[in-house]
Amino acid sequence: MKDQTGMGVLVHCEISDGRLAPVAMEALGAGGRLAAALGQELSAILIGNGLGEAVQETIAYGAAKVYVADDPSLQDYSADAYLQAMEAVTQQSLPAVVLLGQTPVGRDLAPWLALRLGTGATMDCMALEIDSDTKRLLMTRPVYGGNAQAVQMCRTDPQVATIRLKSMAPAERDEARQGQVIDISAAIQIPESGVTTRERKIEPTAGVKLEDARVIVAGGRGIGSAAGFEQLAELAAVLDGAVGATRPPCDAKWAADSQQIGITGKIVSPDLYIAVAVSGASQHVSGCSSSKVIVAINKDPEANIFRVADYGIVDDWKAVVPALISVLA
Amino acid sequence: MTVGRISCISESSEIWSEAELKNIIVCMKQVLDPEIPLSLFRIDPEARIAIPPKATPPVLSPFDESALEAALQIKDAKDATITVISLGKKLVKAVVTASLAAGADQLVLLQDAAFDEFDTGLTASAIATAIGKLGPYDLILCGLQAADTNTGQVGTRIAGLLGIPCITAARKVGLEDDKVVVERSLPDGYEVLEVPCPAVVTTTYEVGSLREPGLEAFMSVGQKPITTWSAADLGLELGDTNRFEMLTMETPVHEGQCEILEGAGVEQKAEQLLARLRETKVI
Repeated sequence: MKDQTGMGVLVHCEISDGRLAPVAMEALGAGGRLAAALGQELSAILIGNGLGEAVQETIAYGAAKVYVADDPSLQDYSADAYLQAMEAVTQQSLPAVVLLGQTPVGRDLAPWLALRLGTGATMDCMALEIDSDTKRLLMTRPVYGGNAQAVQMCRTDPQVATIRLKSMAPAERDEARQGQVIDISAAIQIPESGVTTRERKIEPTAGVKLEDARVIVAGGRGIGSAAGFEQLAELAAVLDGAVGATRPPCDAKWAADSQQIGITGKIVSPDLYIAVAVSGASQHVSGCSSSKVIVAINKDPEANIFRVADYGIVDDWKAVVPALISVLA
Repeated sequence: MTVGRISCISESSEIWSEAELKNIIVCMKQVLDPEIPLSLFRIDPEARIAIPPKATPPVLSPFDESALEAALQIKDAKDATITVISLGKKLVKAVVTASLAAGADQLVLLQDAAFDEFDTGLTASAIATAIGKLGPYDLILCGLQAADTNTGQVGTRIAGLLGIPCITAARKVGLEDDKVVVERSLPDGYEVLEVPCPAVVTTTYEVGSLREPGLEAFMSVGQKPITTWSAADLGLELGDTNRFEMLTMETPVHEGQCEILEGAGVEQKAEQLLARLRETKVI
């Protein structure tokens, strides 16, 4: 598929507990708008186990055609099996655009798919639109850890893109929609690469997960100790939020590595991000800059974090955090 | 798969295979320091590239530092040779040799003005070609993504070109006999995967920060081999054009100014903040 020959938009829909994952609804929303701009069809591919309900949801969210690989062996993600399904469908339907989520699955799958199809993938897109003249996909993505944004175009089809979580409006659900379901389970063969799974361990996180949190309280180097992070946890608990950290506290073991926010950690976009004693290194800011509202608490009025914050308190966090807790209580 | 491995006899072991020297390749990119303050970050919108601030030397991409740390952790436990490959238009010796100071054994620099225009596919093909030239290997480690371009595709593409598997987002990497064993991060935990050597593995920051160079390793940098190859040395055909066209680059404009909440004491400031947050309905 070296030339611009593709037709239609194909969306890989991720499943969570047998239902469409939120990122899938966002991808269907973005895919639907692109398909409309192209005057072409929106189709979807679902890979997993026990997908009956999710297939109906996918149609209700706008897919005219749903390719389904439903098998107990597909319960968990494996690059081999999922890639086979994606490859089989893209070779058959020759889409112009393929969308996936910028999730552990999409991050792993999109580069492989692009390689196999002789095309390129653009990762972590924050905006997608069809160029009205060329009908090519214009993909806006972060570069330099989100300190800049680039708009790029891929010369070959399919144009593969992953979308950043919560960056695109989800599709509207409409139960009246009709769609065609195509079973492709037979296309999946036994994995070939020799990667085997020894075990899979769930590590339950206490409280709200960073990725799902509507409120995040994040601490920087200025917090100074693990005990300081416990105070941030108190504030987070009152706000029903989660605690994040910049890189230095994680390196110092005041916070867990899984709490790191920034280009080397997690990219988050909560409704409210409270940066406490955070200086505002560019790599951290790029991990939280798409939050709806950013609050900075720092005693240094020149701290870079105030450049991206909506509201600021210039004071010692050790006084401000207890004050916030007591005012909220 | 691997042929012609160097074997040696270890005094502590009677089993020959245990003493096999493992060849680990680590791909490390030189990038603009992602820890610079936001106020120093500037781009040239015409050239669509960042302008490095004065007196701010580039660094090795933090993700790639974690890849080297993963390699060093393997080397802590068994005999291994670590070869670092860095590709770029203009590599700064003091920056790229940091890998040798941290404990890598040799450095291969792929340096050519043409590399500036490379997309992930071309970059991967240059690195895969260099790896082919270097001889047998057991494990190739790359960072999850580069800290500048953020694409996260080079590792997968190297694997694809070499016809070997790739496991992404590893938080721990080990070598057991002829297998790579990887703990792969998942949103709600992790999975343990194994794959026969050779394979590509990409690492996350969860591997840990790159260790500080020991005095011995630091002093021995000058004795470690550094090889430089150009595009011509690799026999790359440069007719291949970049698959992507970058149309614009800009720095996001943050809407509105930061409102600093004033008050006689922290209580008043806290109250004002919460009032604003309730107005905007985020709490």
